[in-house]
Amino acid sequence: MRWLFRALIFILLCGSIAWFHHVRTHRPTRVEAANRAGILLAGNGSEPATLDPQLASGQPEHMIFHSLFEGLIAPAPNHPDGDAPGAAASWTSDNFTVWTFKLQPEGKWSDGKPITAADFLYAYQRMLTAQLGADYASMLYPMLNAEEYHTGKIKDFSKVGVKELDPLTLQITLKGPAPYLPSMIKHYSWFPVPKHAIEKFGKMTDRNTRWTRPANMVCNGPFKLKSWQVNQALEVERNPHYWDAATVKLNGIIFLPISSDTTEELAFHDGQLHVTLTMPLSKIPAYRESKSPYYHNDPLLSVYMYRCNTTKKPFDNPLVRRALALAIDRESITRNILRAGQQPATGLTPPGCTPAYHVPNIMRFDPTEARRLLAEAGFPDGKGFPPFDILINTSEAHRSLAEAVQAMWKEHLHIPAGVLNQDWGVYLESQRRFDYQIARFGWVGDYLDPSTFLTIWQTGDGNNNTGWGSKRYDELIHQSFQEADAAKRLQLLSEAETILLNEAPMMPIYWYTHSYLMRPEVKGLLPSLLDHRCYKAVELKP
Amino acid sequence: MIRFIVSRIVQGIIVIFAVITITFALSKMVPGGAVRNERNITEEARKAQEEYYGLNKPWIVQLGLQFKHYATLDLPESYHYKGRGVDEIIASGFPVSAAVGGAALLIALAIGVPLGAYAALRPNTFEDRSSTLAATLGICTPSMVLGPLIALLFGLKLRWFNASGWFDASDWVLPALTLGVIYSAYIARLTRGSLRETLAQEFIRTARAKGASEGAVVFLHAMKLACLPVLNYLGPAAAGLLTGSFIVETVFQLPGLGQFFIAAATNGDHQLTIAISTFYAALIVTFNLLVDILQAALNPRIRLQA
Repeated sequence: MRWLFRALIFILLCGSIAWFHHVRTHRPTRVEAANRAGILLAGNGSEPATLDPQLASGQPEHMIFHSLFEGLIAPAPNHPDGDAPGAAASWTSDNFTVWTFKLQPEGKWSDGKPITAADFLYAYQRMLTAQLGADYASMLYPMLNAEEYHTGKIKDFSKVGVKELDPLTLQITLKGPAPYLPSMIKHYSWFPVPKHAIEKFGKMTDRNTRWTRPANMVCNGPFKLKSWQVNQALEVERNPHYWDAATVKLNGIIFLPISSDTTEELAFHDGQLHVTLTMPLSKIPAYRESKSPYYHNDPLLSVYMYRCNTTKKPFDNPLVRRALALAIDRESITRNILRAGQQPATGLTPPGCTPAYHVPNIMRFDPTEARRLLAEAGFPDGKGFPPFDILINTSEAHRSLAEAVQAMWKEHLHIPAGVLNQDWGVYLESQRRFDYQIARFGWVGDYLDPSTFLTIWQTGDGNNNTGWGSKRYDELIHQSFQEADAAKRLQLLSEAETILLNEAPMMPIYWYTHSYLMRPEVKGLLPSLLDHRCYKAVELKP
Repeated sequence: MIRFIVSRIVQGIIVIFAVITITFALSKMVPGGAVRNERNITEEARKAQEEYYGLNKPWIVQLGLQFKHYATLDLPESYHYKGRGVDEIIASGFPVSAAVGGAALLIALAIGVPLGAYAALRPNTFEDRSSTLAATLGICTPSMVLGPLIALLFGLKLRWFNASGWFDASDWVLPALTLGVIYSAYIARLTRGSLRETLAQEFIRTARAKGASEGAVVFLHAMKLACLPVLNYLGPAAAGLLTGSFIVETVFQLPGLGQFFIAAATNGDHQLTIAISTFYAALIVTFNLLVDILQAALNPRIRLQA
């Protein structure tokens, strides 16, 4: 009898496992359920620090803002880097300096209140009020007297180049001609913010108010905030008051803050995400080789470079810097180490900025010339060159690239470089205090114009951190801001970039690409050099 | 007993304020400061932010303010997550960490104690060696290896559970299993060692001589004493489990406290670092006190003295 009892238990156990297996494997994945509900599930890196567009400065926030807010000009549905009507229905410019925007007559905040030119005035005043401490306040500096107001040189905001001509007409006056303004104002630092919602919960310059909480938040984008569970999910739903609500195809988007790229990839294959923000670098070659239908690789307006501390010997010598720049085999780095479709940088400004811009192709691999320059600088065959370090922030990818460059400099120039890694905060501080020799540095363009890459190298610019400066360079940049003729302006910038690359206070290494995974049912989420997303054009077609 | 508890509570409060002081001092020594961006921000913005968070005040005033915050339980705001109080962040992360940690603790005990006892009762046999081997393997396997393996097997291959996320009612299973397996290994080793030692003691021989059954000897007499080291270990282990494991929370994408703790360090969010450290310290103090009281209840030879 005992064996019968045991057999019975055994059969029951096997049966329940089989039943459990059947039930669990036949439940719909989150993606299947979301497809039916018309909700996009998007991986979004780390938890957003804030939903106030005037306090944010990170990529996770950037991705969310395109759903919640809309600037005067919006990303075009068929080409996110192009210009389409946003909060403004139309716009004209006088000499690229005085811009007049006609706002959407039907434009409303998500609570139904109309959007007027005064909302933009309020937003720009808030952004430029020093007490708010907005990270991106300097994005508004092309506006006449914006910098002066922000730094306290003028106290009267009415002197700043922004005016309300009538409730539906906004006029922005710039310091000089800027043909790239439409691209620039698609950045969230130029977005309107709702005065009535902000001041319901505090003062204009309060950094801690609760106006961005789900119940309180008021926005003007195609979607509005539905829920925000910290570190878990942020959900947006259709905004019925959006002026172009009929075009919006999705019913909502859920942004998932997944900080680990390995976890994000796992979640994607587990059917929890339609699209990832990024993917493990080490897996990219395998996806490329297998021609996976999920794998996407888009160019980005972003450059990876090494900068030199020109206040330290021997890096104060342009010959040394040029020699170092010429001894880096960029082609080999992108082909053998990065292997994710990046392009070797021949100049600083990545391709695609403006078709008319002539990028000076100066950066190349020429070890013979590099050796000659180094000898001319007083270090024949690398003799007597002091040991130095390449400073990186802790990351496997930065380390392997630094080690490759280290080997190239050793092989071609016979000079001793070490690799020094520091934690993020320390790494930033070292560069700010000029306590480094060579440091890795990345720069992401904010708008489609070479000036987004070139202005930071002016003498004493807060982002320069190399100690390098050139009178002629500063002059050219300054002239470019005054030049009304578009072709001549680009010519001036190209000339400036040539000086910069010849003097080589920084050595561009490669131009980034954005590698991510996306399911085939997602339509209309198009590549963008600036990572702009036109969410109203996105739909799910399983 | 009451005097003991009161004096331990007072000691605990001193410990907590010492932790606040030390983490505050460390945060002041960290290079980089609280305002850290790759892009340079204007001097005006930097000044405004430092002023807003009181970072421009003398450090002794800042420390005084910290004490005031914690003494009055009016906790400060996070530097990074703008407009969120650190208490709000702890309140959102702790329940998740505690749910997973609590389940992991039960799994650890459910696997560890029987495994250890089984090995102790059959010393130097095949069963003993294989369970010791399993325990050693468990101790040696880091959660960053075991977690993805479990996610791959039960998530992606068998599709029994979601590989990550915190949405379904069953999402606690895989992370709790990962943590539980690792902790059970420690518990099994502790139980085995301590039970073997206890079984060799004279009062066990007396119990056997009185004719008590083997079951009664092991479970009524020996286990009571043998579980003391396990209990000792469980105090800090429980505090650690309940406040979350960064690695397991990252692998399984749980919105727990562990992820916030590490993010706070990398973001330079010192307010949050101090808050979570203090919370962790408070939990350890509480659990140690509970363990002391439980031990006294289990072992009449221990007398609590203030």
